[in-house]
Amino acid sequence: MTDATADMFDEGVLALEGGGDEGPAPRDIIVSYGFWIFILSDMVLFSALFASYAVLAGRTAGGPSGAQLFDLRRVFAETACLLLSSFCCGLMSLSIEARRVRGTYIGAALTFALGAAFLALELSEFVGMVAAGDGPSRSAFLSAFFTLVGTHGAHVTCGLIWLTVMMAQVATLGFRDKVVRRLRCFALFWHALDIVWVALFTVVYLIGAR
Amino acid sequence: MFGKLTWSAIPWSQPVPLITGVAVFAIVLGVLALVIVKGWWPYLWREWITSVDHKRIGVMYVILGLVMLLRGFSDAIMMRSQQAIAVGTAHGWMPPEHYDQVFSAHGTIMIFFVAMPFVIGLINFVMPLQLGIRDVAFPVLNSISFWLTCAGVLLVNISLVVGEFARTGWLAYPPLSELAYSPGVGVDYYLWSLQISGLGTLMTGVNFVTTILKMRAPGMRYTRMPVFCWTALASSLLIVAAFPILTATFAMLLLDRYLGMHFFTNTGGGNAMMYINLIWAWGHPEVYILILPAFGIFSEVIATFSGKPLFGYRSMVTATMAICILSFLVWLHHFFTMGAGADVNGFFGVMTMIIAVPTGVKVFNWLFTIYGGRLVFSTPILWSLGFMVTFVIGGMTGVLLAVPPADFVLHNSLFLIAHFHNVIIGGVVFGVMAGYNYWFPKAFGFTLDERLGKASFWCWLIGFYLAFMPLYVLGLMGMTRRMQHYSNPAWQPWLIVAAAGAALILVGVVLQIAQLIVSIRTRQARRDLTGDPWNGRTLEWSTPSPPPAYNFAVLPKVEGIDAWWAMKQAGAPRAAPTYEPIEAPRNSAAGFIAAFFAVMIGFALIWHIWWLALVGILGAFVTVLTSAWRLDDEEEIPAAEVARLEASHGPRLEQGA
Repeated sequence: MTDATADMFDEGVLALEGGGDEGPAPRDIIVSYGFWIFILSDMVLFSALFASYAVLAGRTAGGPSGAQLFDLRRVFAETACLLLSSFCCGLMSLSIEARRVRGTYIGAALTFALGAAFLALELSEFVGMVAAGDGPSRSAFLSAFFTLVGTHGAHVTCGLIWLTVMMAQVATLGFRDKVVRRLRCFALFWHALDIVWVALFTVVYLIGAR
Repeated sequence: MFGKLTWSAIPWSQPVPLITGVAVFAIVLGVLALVIVKGWWPYLWREWITSVDHKRIGVMYVILGLVMLLRGFSDAIMMRSQQAIAVGTAHGWMPPEHYDQVFSAHGTIMIFFVAMPFVIGLINFVMPLQLGIRDVAFPVLNSISFWLTCAGVLLVNISLVVGEFARTGWLAYPPLSELAYSPGVGVDYYLWSLQISGLGTLMTGVNFVTTILKMRAPGMRYTRMPVFCWTALASSLLIVAAFPILTATFAMLLLDRYLGMHFFTNTGGGNAMMYINLIWAWGHPEVYILILPAFGIFSEVIATFSGKPLFGYRSMVTATMAICILSFLVWLHHFFTMGAGADVNGFFGVMTMIIAVPTGVKVFNWLFTIYGGRLVFSTPILWSLGFMVTFVIGGMTGVLLAVPPADFVLHNSLFLIAHFHNVIIGGVVFGVMAGYNYWFPKAFGFTLDERLGKASFWCWLIGFYLAFMPLYVLGLMGMTRRMQHYSNPAWQPWLIVAAAGAALILVGVVLQIAQLIVSIRTRQARRDLTGDPWNGRTLEWSTPSPPPAYNFAVLPKVEGIDAWWAMKQAGAPRAAPTYEPIEAPRNSAAGFIAAFFAVMIGFALIWHIWWLALVGILGAFVTVLTSAWRLDDEEEIPAAEVARLEASHGPRLEQGA
């Protein structure tokens, strides 16, 4: 390592809070940063599932392909629900930073409702496919499809449970530091699921429906 | 009611696992009884099981690794004895279905439940002390990670007596590991225990990355961090980037087995080769997750016992991070024979050879550190020297295997087995043994017996060469791995030598146990009162041995590399500091309880006891909720109490210098 790069490490781009002379970073930063790292690991999990889907997308074993199964209007509605849910989550975050209880509840309720609507649409798609005999054990393509899309759906489900728990925390514990930190982590999580969905929407549905 | 679980799951007709199981069960019951009768339970619960102190958790990880080393090593002894006799008309003492479980368990246990806990335990104990801080970023999460690892260990050991373990090799390649060819519960034991412990490992990685990047002592810039912390960072980054791949891969195999999906099956369009790609996209970085911290240990040990700063600190850091990145670009060398084509094989062959370059840089740095120094031939330095010779040999056979045409001849032969034991034992095991001897006095306040430590080292070293050099020869003679029986009598003499080597390593293991017992009995004579028994260079040696729960009453100010050495050179003891109250995390039972439910979930899923799995999930959820509503998770140690504790150790700098 040259001196120039060493300086870059020490004083330049990487010397953020907690990275240099002033000792451990404040708790707020440590918690959000740790959660970022966790989200990155979750992205790696999804990329393994994406890679598997890409390998198996054409392996329909005589069963239906994406073009026969996907209904882009439904997927458009799902996308709208999820992105609007994220927008509401953003509004909730603003209320939280301003410590407004009612705004937080309203934001959370909208976030939850839109997330639940997304899940309902996804579930109805899954149920319809399984009922038609095109369940995950039909072909390698469908195994990969259900697993990739279902893993995202499972994350959304966990997010909804988490959001419910957090509202109970706000109600009982108020805006304590640790509650606010957890709410920030939830917002990160919820937005990250959008990013995954955008990739999923493109790779699975838009490309697959052709 | 109990799914697939019936009384026939207990191996009544197989004496070996039955007797072993009963013996292990008796020992566990005996230990529990002793703990209860002696009234040690409250102490254990308060000071260890619910502890969120990184030092306690680190020690527990190391103990877990040592205990499982005995289990994995007895598997090795069983295999060596079987192969030494099972030639021609003789069929040895183990039937094939048992032998297959033994080699699968050996690999799984040694990598996941010996090497990983040992390495993670040492990082846990040492890294916050070296960074000059009071704990890791998320202490409760740290405890949960440890107990989840224990949950995985427990499931693997339950498979010894209830049901069976996988017979598929340590990576459970499909289609053999699919339901069609492995209908029993063995593969399910394998998958669920590794999923649960893998979750713990992932959270440890997140925890360590956050700690190292965000929580260093004032002045501890990146270019001042001890090399062990750099290697811990590289290793943790690799955990964060690689373990999710393992989780996803195992999840897909589980879906194949439980829900009839077709990821890796022969039918329905599945692709078994995809599993092999995915598992090695995790598996090769895993090799470096284990070896990089070992490199860090050697760097610390060699600098300390040479009495010199590490030669080429910056090249060492650069090499570490280069290996961290390159480790993701070589995975395909594990299956050159799959048929990816000459271009792909050529690329991965070249990348594999390139990764030897930063490793070579490290070896030269260690040699130049020793050069001109006054080397103290302590037990840790013997392990380090043994490592340098052994690892270089292993590295060279690795480069040989990296040549695809050579690999076509040697793959799946005992040459490969010899190679990877050469780097894992010669690198990781020697590394953690050096670290164990080096940091033991810091953890417990007394040194380990040097005479027995050295005797153990020589048994391990010579035993290693006796056990594995014959395997290189056997590989070149055409003997493949995992053979329960063979018909070529020319192989037998070499296998007898290998068995003798394993026996010599056994002597080494016994000597290590003796070293521990003797050292504990003579601890009064070998107390480390200075906190700095080796004249160390990094901040962990500035604390008393063992360090107080909060590590540092006042966070040290770091001015350069080898901060403690610089403080000692500056000489004068610090003026008595004004102490401030310290926020310390309180104990938490969340990890232990979560692990209890994790075992319940895992066991229920393995045996298809669906209601029990639901109970376990519910229990885990309630545990999370309970700890989410906990408000008394921190306590304040008053300044007066800190001052009292500090005064009880005396002024460190005067004694250390």
